[in-house]
Amino acid sequence: MDLVTTFFNWPIFVRSLPLLLDGLWRTIALGFLSIVLGLAGGLMLALGRMYGPRFLKAVIIAYVDVFRALPVLVWLVIVYYALPFVGISLSPFASAAFALTTVSSAYTAEIYRAGIDAIPRGQFEAAQAIGLSAFDLMRDVVLPQAIRIVIPPLTNNSINVMKDTALASVVAMPDLLKQATQAQALAANPTPLIGAAFLYLLLLLPLVRLVAIFEKRLGRSGRR
Amino acid sequence: MTTVTSPSPIISMRGVTKRFGEFSALKSIDLDVAPGEVVVLLGPSGSGKSTLIRCINLLETYDEGDVVVDGIRVEEGRNLRQVREEVGMVFQAFNLFPNLTVRDNVALGPVRVRGLSWQAAREKAQALLARVGIGEQAEKYPIQLSGGQQQRVGIARALAMEPRILLFDEPTSALDPEMVGEVLDVIRTLAGTGTTMLLVTHEMGFARKVADRIVFMEAGEIKEIASPDRFFTEPSSERARAFLDAVLNH
Repeated sequence: MDLVTTFFNWPIFVRSLPLLLDGLWRTIALGFLSIVLGLAGGLMLALGRMYGPRFLKAVIIAYVDVFRALPVLVWLVIVYYALPFVGISLSPFASAAFALTTVSSAYTAEIYRAGIDAIPRGQFEAAQAIGLSAFDLMRDVVLPQAIRIVIPPLTNNSINVMKDTALASVVAMPDLLKQATQAQALAANPTPLIGAAFLYLLLLLPLVRLVAIFEKRLGRSGRR
Repeated sequence: MTTVTSPSPIISMRGVTKRFGEFSALKSIDLDVAPGEVVVLLGPSGSGKSTLIRCINLLETYDEGDVVVDGIRVEEGRNLRQVREEVGMVFQAFNLFPNLTVRDNVALGPVRVRGLSWQAAREKAQALLARVGIGEQAEKYPIQLSGGQQQRVGIARALAMEPRILLFDEPTSALDPEMVGEVLDVIRTLAGTGTTMLLVTHEMGFARKVADRIVFMEAGEIKEIASPDRFFTEPSSERARAFLDAVLNH
């Protein structure tokens, strides 16, 4: 067998494509859900850590540290295989979404915090001086400015979450990678794996490019 | 030092002390300001002028004493927003919101704090911007304006809340010299309109013209309170005389 029939076998690719697309769809759904929940959760954690009562701050700091240190795969396996022992049985999809969200929140929390920290003190003072509530200060003044700063690192984090969805194949979720290994076994040919890799690149390369563009633009406005 | 009392001060400071670590920024300040009065704070850098006016809306917390604004003690808690609604502030660095248009910079407070609709608040903002001479800049973003224009937006933003008290923290210190005049002109039109004003500035000529009273500070203490004419012609404290010599004869 030559290289092309081994790795780039077109008939096998076409035959496995429905399976791959089925997996791709599930990968996107899992990634999208985890990204959105992680973005929302991280914002809550960041605000809680910066402005919450002392006890809450301590809890959030511990949470963020733990989930930045714990390998995602280890956490995912615990959620799926260990939690049933205490009566919590989640589906593979729910387990993966939960594990990815909890970890992603820890990372996005740190990103938001850095972004809010970067807003000059004078902005807070001006908002306070006109009598804005803490909520309005965040909504109208601080967050709109912080968001611009955090979009590149948040996009980066989103890419990582999307890539980490492949870990869900370990808990038997039929995501893109799982379907590809399935198809590979079926066809006794690695072409579906190569196909899956291409689909991942198709999904993520534009996002990677986007981050580069964001960073370039932000760098330019930063120099102004 | 001298404490000037008026029948019903709108701002009353008693024994106000502020420390930054070992350094005492304010040492037991007593000061009363009458409604409608224009008070200019003078003194060398680091004498505590800015810290003093920032205690009035609690941008700076104080360690001892009382600051009372319109009968309300200025402190963290429920009443603080009420105080801040009555006290407008204009900053040295303008501190405009870069994410909002000039018009919305001015309209934001009235919408969020006074409960105006955006439409009503924007109309009001437009009128205020016209009043400070930059009505045609309303659609722009702060960064597109000159420093003098930005500071006039800052003034309009403070005025939009219809405050009874206006605090100016070195409003012209960050401006290019040719833009100082336009900002001072706007401030001068506000003096005598019934709004109580406290002004920290290094513009001596302006201070003399606009002030009802001069408060001279040094090293966190009020060294002298006098009418502008008296202060600039025959200051009673040696410190004030030295200060005036330094700033006027260079």
